[in-house]
Amino acid sequence: MRQRIACLGGIYSNYLALERALADIRHRGADQIVCLGDLGAFGPHPDRVFPLLAEYQVTCLQGNYDDSIGNELNDCQCGYTDPRDNHFAQISYDYTLANTAATHRRFLQRLPAQLRLTLGPLRVLFCHGSPRRVNEFLWQSTTSTAFLERLASEHQADVLAATHTGVKWHRRLDKHRHFVNVGCLGRPENDGHQHVWYTMLEWRQGQLQVDFVPLQYDFRRLAREMREERLPEEFVETILTGWWTTCLEILPSKERRRGPH
Amino acid sequence: MTDHQPPHIGLASLDQLWFQVAGTLCNLTCHHCFISCSPHNDSFGSLSLEMVKQRLRESLPLGIKEYYFTGGEPFLNPDMTAILVETLRYGPATVLTNGTIWKDDWLEQLAHAEQASEYSLEFRVSIDGFSPQTNDPIRGRGTFDRALKGIMRLVDTGFLPIITAARTWPDRQEREVLEAFRTMLQDAGYRRPRLKILPTLKIGAEQQRSGGYMPLDRVTTAMLEGYDRSQLVCHHSRTITDRGVHVCPILIDAPDSLLSQSLADSAVPFRLSHGACYTCYQYGAICTNPSAGPAPQIGPPSPSQSPP
Repeated sequence: MRQRIACLGGIYSNYLALERALADIRHRGADQIVCLGDLGAFGPHPDRVFPLLAEYQVTCLQGNYDDSIGNELNDCQCGYTDPRDNHFAQISYDYTLANTAATHRRFLQRLPAQLRLTLGPLRVLFCHGSPRRVNEFLWQSTTSTAFLERLASEHQADVLAATHTGVKWHRRLDKHRHFVNVGCLGRPENDGHQHVWYTMLEWRQGQLQVDFVPLQYDFRRLAREMREERLPEEFVETILTGWWTTCLEILPSKERRRGPH
Repeated sequence: MTDHQPPHIGLASLDQLWFQVAGTLCNLTCHHCFISCSPHNDSFGSLSLEMVKQRLRESLPLGIKEYYFTGGEPFLNPDMTAILVETLRYGPATVLTNGTIWKDDWLEQLAHAEQASEYSLEFRVSIDGFSPQTNDPIRGRGTFDRALKGIMRLVDTGFLPIITAARTWPDRQEREVLEAFRTMLQDAGYRRPRLKILPTLKIGAEQQRSGGYMPLDRVTTAMLEGYDRSQLVCHHSRTITDRGVHVCPILIDAPDSLLSQSLADSAVPFRLSHGACYTCYQYGAICTNPSAGPAPQIGPPSPSQSPP
């Protein structure tokens, strides 16, 4: 019976954070490692995450970015309407598509949208955005508890785990059920800190424990490599300052007020 | 069904519940209002705090994701502040307002309520031009200055209002107009303005202004083939008025929009027979906030499997 599952949110090509996270998870111990999608985007050298995921036998789901890259679509399917957001999203997408090897694109294309596992006695459903749509945003401040309980019932899960928004949060639901947004590994979460996060789900003492694990990594090296790859200085600023600078349109006011941009 | 018969669309998931909280009463008489709200239009009445509370309780087992409040001008409803405070106990709330009539103590009370809640309170403030010269001919003399003052009171209270404008300019000017909006708001002191642009709906007062829809401006069965139906408001929303439950916040004047008295009974297919349905089809997700992202799609999830 599984006791611990390590969850990785969007990696966004941050192979340096991924390397550190996987080493940390191996040190702590986990029965399984699950990546909830969006392997590429934003960062440099998208091909470098794939060997690490294979080496550590990470079970990967398909995020909207993976669907787009895998199927060579025109954009990342984030659904922005703001021209500035679309401008930067397209730079990120075009770079990632151009620098992802064909064999990796095929890997992304074949990834499943969802995964069901048991953790202790709990039925855990892993997905990228929501159980019903890969690019649905489930923000803490704009998602009611009643709605999450409906999703859990409709999808017959005790624990729903998602990512996509890039900000971690956890809410206890009725009937001892839970929703967990596992956050993202690829970039800081708009809190003014350079570290990133992964999430450990554990069945301990008869209940679910959700541990959000902060992770230090060589962010200066990542910033340097992003500049060498001529990625936008706005992206580099996020890595160096911990504040999001682009794609802010989709943030609800509560989440957006936490940052200066 | 032939292609000339309007298709039906079912309610796939009741995610967004709208309240016509001020009925059709408004302190302004905008020339493009799709339900012709004005100081004299009492065709729909206000919803009291008790009526909203009852609907919130009714909505709870249905698992609504977000609540929206519109009018008319919601803040003409004397219960509006209390209604929003109550709603924030259930879920996120968004109020669509013209920003011209609220008082500072209302905003302070709402700021405290939002701070105490896990949920967001979003203000969507309508302003239809980046200057008095472009806004006032549509919304009325002096409304630009009054709305801008209201926006700045929100910003000063700590809110980040979403500025909502109906697209009354030619498509080719879109880029310059949006930039002019941003510059105007930043110059006024709103450092990081949020914008939502809406298409005009050629019904109500707007029908007089623009001539209304042509007979062929209708959704057909063929048009829905391969179309993401989640772009349509009626796919995932319902609207409460003092008459009952309507299909969407746009069509409340249409007799066939009134579906039922209870929320549970409102999950019936609706005929997309209106010109406004065509606009909704064309532009998609016209009523929701940008943070809602793409609306849910119908259909079973992909099967689980392990990657190679």
